[in-house]
Amino acid sequence: MIAWLSQPWPWYVTGPLIGLVVPFVYWFGGRKWGVSSSLQHMCAAVAPGRVELFQYDWWKRGSWHLAMALGVVVGGWIAATFLGGADQVVEISAATREDLAALGIRDFVGMVPGDVFSLERILTPATFTLVVVGGFLVGFGARWADGCTSGHAISGLSNLHRSSLVAVIGFFVGGLFSAHVILPWLL
Amino acid sequence: MSGQVSGQVPAHGAEDDQDGAPPGREAGLLVYLLLGIALGIVFIKGEVASWFRIQEMFRFQSVFMYGVIGTAVTVGVATTLLMKRRSTRAMRGGPIDWPDAGAARPTTRHMLGGTVFGLGWGLAGACPGPIYALLGSGLPVFGVGLLAAVAGAWMYGWARPHLPH
Repeated sequence: MIAWLSQPWPWYVTGPLIGLVVPFVYWFGGRKWGVSSSLQHMCAAVAPGRVELFQYDWWKRGSWHLAMALGVVVGGWIAATFLGGADQVVEISAATREDLAALGIRDFVGMVPGDVFSLERILTPATFTLVVVGGFLVGFGARWADGCTSGHAISGLSNLHRSSLVAVIGFFVGGLFSAHVILPWLL
Repeated sequence: MSGQVSGQVPAHGAEDDQDGAPPGREAGLLVYLLLGIALGIVFIKGEVASWFRIQEMFRFQSVFMYGVIGTAVTVGVATTLLMKRRSTRAMRGGPIDWPDAGAARPTTRHMLGGTVFGLGWGLAGACPGPIYALLGSGLPVFGVGLLAAVAGAWMYGWARPHLPH
């Protein structure tokens, strides 16, 4: 069982499992599933300041998002520690591997290239841009768009919302620009 | 900072009422914690949290991420339609708080906010869920990424009255 779970999971297993979270949260909690709201609840809990968006009872409205987020951290740890996730070699296509190698990526073991994503290099331009600028834009954009990949691409499209389709098109416009214009220039 | 702006954030009254109902808030939170744990495992083992997979997706060089998103949405659409058709009630007996028609109408915020999110997704190679999973998987650099994402959410809240929606 553990050996079986420890292999990389194919997309036709992963996708349906993620899809099932949508009806589960509607059924269990009576509400729409989304992850990025947790970022807003942290703001409301820690530093609401005088920002109107953060003036609400974060525990009442957000504790479920935060409990789930904490769970994802623990789940990541379990996958890495007991299921071989930490040194899982992601079998990306040969073309992608060539492209990334041409950009200077050398470390292809694990979820992310360790030669870029490391705490020691956080102040180098490449790592800073990927982690800090990238993270900032993810947080800013997710709240501006009223949802991220989970809230729009999965939950929203599951509701056949045109707003979510527009948001997902936006995700791709931005992502294509980052992948094809910013990264080659940066790395 | 008027009604027009605050109208962007829907009221959460129904949600709050349900939270007080049995089986109780703490038991509910435990279930969400367990759901999160399952998701964290899926994000890592399913490689959704992989920067490599996101780069591959934005280069259209594999079906992998499209397969994940496509099958997730297919399952989501089918189960959501079924629940709506059967008027399924929430486990605790209350009605399900389906997003209203207003949430379905595309506006400027979806286009612009979505594009900003995408710029970040293409760089960091991780959306909010995977950021949590990567942090847990033993990559402390994503703690910095998480702080940056929270800072981004905060700055959005601060800038919101001045942004088009």
